Amino acid sequence: MATAILRNPQDFITCPDTGQNLNKPAISLAKANIFTAIVFLLAGGALGLLVALTRWPAIHILPSELFYIALTGHGAAVLLFWCHFFEVGVAYYFVTSPINARLATPKIAWFSFWLMLIGAAMATVMVLIGQATVMFSAYPPLKAHPLFYVGVILFAVGALIPMFIIIATLIKAKNERTYTGSMPLASFGILIYAIIAIFTWVMGAVIMIPTLLWSMGLIHNMDAQMYRVVFWALAHSTQQMNIVVHITIWYTLAAVLFGARPLNEKVSRMAFVLYLFALQLGSVHHLLSDPGSSFAWRTFNTSYAGYLAVLGSLIHGLTVPGGIELAQRRRGLSHGLFEWLRKAPWANPVFSGFFLSLVLFGFLGGITGVTMSNQQINMIIHNTVYVPGHFHGTVATGTTLAFFAFSYWIVPLLTRHKLAFPGLARMSTYLFGLGMGTFAVFFMAAGHLGVPRRHWDITYADASLPFQFSATVQMLVTVAEIGAVIGGTGALFYLISILGTFMGKTVEKGALPPLAEPAGVVAARLHGGTEPHIKGLEVPGSLVLCLTLLTFLIIYYFAQYKYLATIWGIR
Amino acid sequence: MSYTSMDPIPHRHWWRLPVGPDEKIWIAVAYAWCLVMLVWMVGWFFVGNQNQAGEAFKVTLDGFSNKSDQMIDQYQLKDASGNLMAEGETDVPVVQVPAGGNVYIAAHQFEWPIIPVLELGKTYVFHISSLDVDHGFSLLPIVLNLQLIPGYDYVLRFTPNKTGVYRITCNEYCGLGHHLMAGKLYVIDTAHGVVLDGKGGVKGGEIGGAI
Repeated sequence: MATAILRNPQDFITCPDTGQNLNKPAISLAKANIFTAIVFLLAGGALGLLVALTRWPAIHILPSELFYIALTGHGAAVLLFWCHFFEVGVAYYFVTSPINARLATPKIAWFSFWLMLIGAAMATVMVLIGQATVMFSAYPPLKAHPLFYVGVILFAVGALIPMFIIIATLIKAKNERTYTGSMPLASFGILIYAIIAIFTWVMGAVIMIPTLLWSMGLIHNMDAQMYRVVFWALAHSTQQMNIVVHITIWYTLAAVLFGARPLNEKVSRMAFVLYLFALQLGSVHHLLSDPGSSFAWRTFNTSYAGYLAVLGSLIHGLTVPGGIELAQRRRGLSHGLFEWLRKAPWANPVFSGFFLSLVLFGFLGGITGVTMSNQQINMIIHNTVYVPGHFHGTVATGTTLAFFAFSYWIVPLLTRHKLAFPGLARMSTYLFGLGMGTFAVFFMAAGHLGVPRRHWDITYADASLPFQFSATVQMLVTVAEIGAVIGGTGALFYLISILGTFMGKTVEKGALPPLAEPAGVVAARLHGGTEPHIKGLEVPGSLVLCLTLLTFLIIYYFAQYKYLATIWGIR
Repeated sequence: MSYTSMDPIPHRHWWRLPVGPDEKIWIAVAYAWCLVMLVWMVGWFFVGNQNQAGEAFKVTLDGFSNKSDQMIDQYQLKDASGNLMAEGETDVPVVQVPAGGNVYIAAHQFEWPIIPVLELGKTYVFHISSLDVDHGFSLLPIVLNLQLIPGYDYVLRFTPNKTGVYRITCNEYCGLGHHLMAGKLYVIDTAHGVVLDGKGGVKGGEIGGAI
C-alpha cells in the first residue's frame, strides 16, 4: 500500500494492520453510508422473503394487496437504497485512502447523506403504508402519493452530490500531489462510476420532477412512453453504477488478497472507458418490446453501439481472474491450469464471496443479459419471471455478493473492530451464492414457460377466464423460492456478522488479520520451492474460464433463436 | 516495481507497455463474437419471421376504445341458435375478424376485452393498446410478450402457425387486480375441420398449440 508523505497528518489515522492512511472524515462518512445500506438490506431482504413465501405456491403467505406492497418495497429498498448507500460509502474510501487524499467538503457530504436518508425513509414509508403500490418502476398512469416521488427525488439529489465530492477529491489530491504517478485502478473505477452516476441521477430529476407535479395534479398530460424512456435512463444506469463499483471491488479484493494488479493497466482502464461511453445505451433493453421506436434506434442502443460495453465486461472477465492467476503463478503456485485457484483461500468469505460473485455474475447475469438484450429474443422473455431471474443473477449474485465479500474486509478496516461471528460469515457467501443462483436459474426457466412477473397468483383462481400453469411450472417456481429462502438465510448470516462487527469493541491491532496465507508459503510447502513455471501464455487458466463462458453464451444464444423461429410470424 | 490495483502506478510509461498474448487472443475472440451477434440481430430483421419493432401510432383513449367497440359489434360470433358468443363470468365476447383484418386489443384494468378467433396461417393486423395503465400482453404457451402503453397503438402483423386454445396473461403490474387479468385466444383451421367446439375449446383435426 502507498506510503507517501501525508500533507495533513492530523486528518489521518494509520491502520496498524494494513499500513493504510485513512482520512478521518472519509471513514466516518463511509461507515455511516455502509451502515445505512445494511439497514435497508435488512428491511428489503425481509420484504423479499415475504415475496418469496407468497410466490411459493404451496405457502402463498401474503394477501394480494400486501404482496404488491412488499414487492414494491423490496425493489426500492435493495435495488436503490442498499446498493447506492453502500456505493457512496465505499467510494469515499476509494478516493481517499489509496492516494492519501483528504475528502473534499465533508460537511456537504454529511448534508447529502441526510438528504439520501430522509428521501429513502420517506419513499419506504409511503410504500409500506400502501400509498405507493406502483412497483419500483412506478410507471404512470399508475399514481403514487406525491410524498413517494418527493422521497425518490431527495434520495436522487442526495446521491448526486457525492459524485461531485468524489471528483473534487480526486482533483484536489492531484493538485496537492498526495501521490506520485497515475491514480490506482481502484480510484479510476470510482471516477468512472461518479461520471456515470451524474448522468443517472440527473435523469432521475428529469423524470421524477414532472411525475411529482403530475401526481399533485399540476400537470395533466403524462406521456406513459416518454416516462419509460427517461425512467430507464435512470434505472438502468443505476444498475450500471452497481456493476462499475462491484468490478472495482473485484480488482481491489484481488489486490488485497493476492497482491494482484491488472495484466495490463491500459487494457483494464480502457474497459472502464468503454463502460463510460456505451453502458447507458443499455437502458433501451427495457423498451425492446414497446411500441414507438425504430429498428435502427433499437439496434444502435441495445448493442451498446456495437457491443462496446459487452466487450468491456468480457475484458474484465479475463483480467480480474487473470490478475490473480499471474500473481499466484509468480509466487510459485503455477502447476497445471488451476492450482492458483484451487489453493486460493476458499474458507475466507472475502475470497469466496468475491470469486463466486465473479463466476455467477458472468454465467448467470452476463450470459442471460447479453442474450435477452438481442431485440428479437426480448419478446420471448419480456415481463416474465425470466427478468427478475436475470437481474437476481446480476444484482444479487453479482453486486450484492461482491459487496458482502468487500464488507468482510472494509468494515473491520474502517471500524477497527474484529469481524464478528466469522463462522456465519464463512457460510453466508456460499449460502447466498447458491440460494440466489438457484433462484435465478429456476426463475429464468419458469420465465421461458411464461410465468408472469410481479404476479400474486399464477393459479388465476379468481379470474373470469381462469387457467392453470402445469405442475412442472409450479415446481420450477417452488424450487426458485426455496433458493430464495436459502439465499435469504445467507443474507441473514451476513447481516448478523456485519452488524455484530459494527457493534464490536475497538482493538489496537489485529482487527484485520492477514486474509490469506501468502502464495509463496503455500508453494514452498507444496513444491519445496517458489520457482514459477510460466511458459507461453501468462494466464492459461483464466483464458480457459473465459472461453468456457463464451461457449455457454454461444450455445444459449442460438438455442433462444432456435425457439424463437418456431413461434408465430410477427412483423 | 511492485504495486497493486490499490496503489498509484509509480511509473509513467504504463500506457506504452505491450499487451500480452492472453489478452490479445481474448479481446479478438470476444469482439468477433460480439460482431456475430450484431450481424445476426440485424440479419434476423431482414430474413427472420419474428420482429417486434413494428410500427406505432399515437391515439386517444376514446378513439381506440371506439375502434375496439366497432370491431366487436361487427365481428362478434354467434352460436348455432343465433346468440352472441361470450365466455367467462364477465361475458367476454368471442370475436372473429376476417383474415387480413384489424384486431383491436383494448386492454383495461383488469380484463382482456375480447377472445380473438384466428385462422391458422392467415395474417392479422393486431392493434394492441391500453385504455388506462401499462399492461403486458403475454400469449401462452408460446410466450410472446409485448408492452401495452396507453395512448400508443402498437401495430403488429401476426401469423399463427399452430391451432388450439391459447391463453393471454397480463405480465406488467397494472394495479391490485393484476392477477385477475387472464384471457384467451383461439386458432382454428376451418379448411381442415379444426373449429370451435362451443364449450371453450377447439375440436377436429390435429391441435398444435393447446395449453
